[in-house]
Amino acid sequence: MNQPATAVPATLTVPMLRTLGLVAALSGFLVVLAHHLSLPLIEENKRIAIERALFKVIPGAVTRRDFQLTAAGIEPFGEAPAATGMHLYAGYDTDGRLAGVALEAAAQGYQDVIRILYSYDPACECIRGIQVLKMAETPGIGDKIARDPGFLENFKALDARVDAAGSGLEHAIVSVKSGSKTKPWQIDAISGATISSKAVARMLNDSARQAAPVIMRYLDVLQRPDGDTP
Amino acid sequence: MSLPARHETVSADTFLRGLWQENPVFVMLLGMCPVLAVTNSAINALAMGLATTFVLLCSSTLVSLLRKQIPKQVRIATYIIIIATFVTMVDYAIQAISLELYNALGAFIQLIVVNCMILGRAEAYASKQRLGATVINGLGMGAGFTIALLCLGAVREVLGAGSLFGVQLFSDNFQPWVVMILPPGGFFVLGAWLLVFAGYRQRRERRLTEQAEVTADGR
Repeated sequence: MNQPATAVPATLTVPMLRTLGLVAALSGFLVVLAHHLSLPLIEENKRIAIERALFKVIPGAVTRRDFQLTAAGIEPFGEAPAATGMHLYAGYDTDGRLAGVALEAAAQGYQDVIRILYSYDPACECIRGIQVLKMAETPGIGDKIARDPGFLENFKALDARVDAAGSGLEHAIVSVKSGSKTKPWQIDAISGATISSKAVARMLNDSARQAAPVIMRYLDVLQRPDGDTP
Repeated sequence: MSLPARHETVSADTFLRGLWQENPVFVMLLGMCPVLAVTNSAINALAMGLATTFVLLCSSTLVSLLRKQIPKQVRIATYIIIIATFVTMVDYAIQAISLELYNALGAFIQLIVVNCMILGRAEAYASKQRLGATVINGLGMGAGFTIALLCLGAVREVLGAGSLFGVQLFSDNFQPWVVMILPPGGFFVLGAWLLVFAGYRQRRERRLTEQAEVTADGR
């Protein structure tokens, strides 16, 4: 190549650095500004989303307290540092009585993990409602688990009694073919959305098997709406 | 696409070009990824269109303001940083407005960074034009993109879910065409819209040629 050498001016580095530095600094400033301004709103949105799901899933609940399961037992959330254990939301009615305990459960669905919030009623030892928090099921088919009235009817009083030893459920929660439910611990699957229905049954069974004995064991702690704090 | 070589004087055409003549979706076929992916409901389409318009407008403005300072060796890197900044801001803003909407739009908000329409505008227009023309043109392009997304989103929601902006349109007897809100539906509806526009444009061109012939004969 015998092109006339278009000599790059040595000073070009300076404007390049200057421009990139300026733009990067401006960018950093704007991103941090947006983050700071939106953070309280986002936190508030998250809280509202949880509360809305919670009060929908626990019939009659108007206030809530968060608990977590630690090695020492069950403790109000935030007081113990280890936040890795099971997270329980206790909902109380207008008289301050325990209306139910809500928990999150998750299992692999048809396309992605389905996450739901469900409520456990210690009075009847049954599941009283579910609310889908996140899913990527096929629209029109698998996503019926969130709104199909026939399917949601399963969770009006789904039997989840603790067994005699207090270590699991007396009857495992299973999904059965659409229209063949005979026992209160069975879930009538949605025809055409068997995988999604089975995922719901599996996550409820796995979660309730661990949580129901804990809830029954620490019922006295959960029943105090004002907690241990004086 | 004919690009103005010199500074463009702002006229109605600066704005209207984005809506019709150079519509980013129906004419230039740019930014197809969000066009096909998030138009499964009218509200998602509108939100995506507005978010993209905001990013397009802000990034074009900044690029136009800095156009004499940006050495051409690092221009693409600079544009990407500028675009990414505004996308991050939009990301936070949508989370603050509605988590539901944020979950529905998913990763496509972040993917506005690589929307070729925005980078194309920065490179082909904003880096060469004055601020006023850039803002007007960006607004036009953004409006054109939003309208195009709404065209797809509305048709897909009506056919695929029997509703528009979440309002149920038909009785319970209506059996929705679920395929329309699934990914293949995006291609079907986009194809149908392109057919409509291509047909219209061809008819108009034919009419214009006929008119020209008539005038030529009459002379």
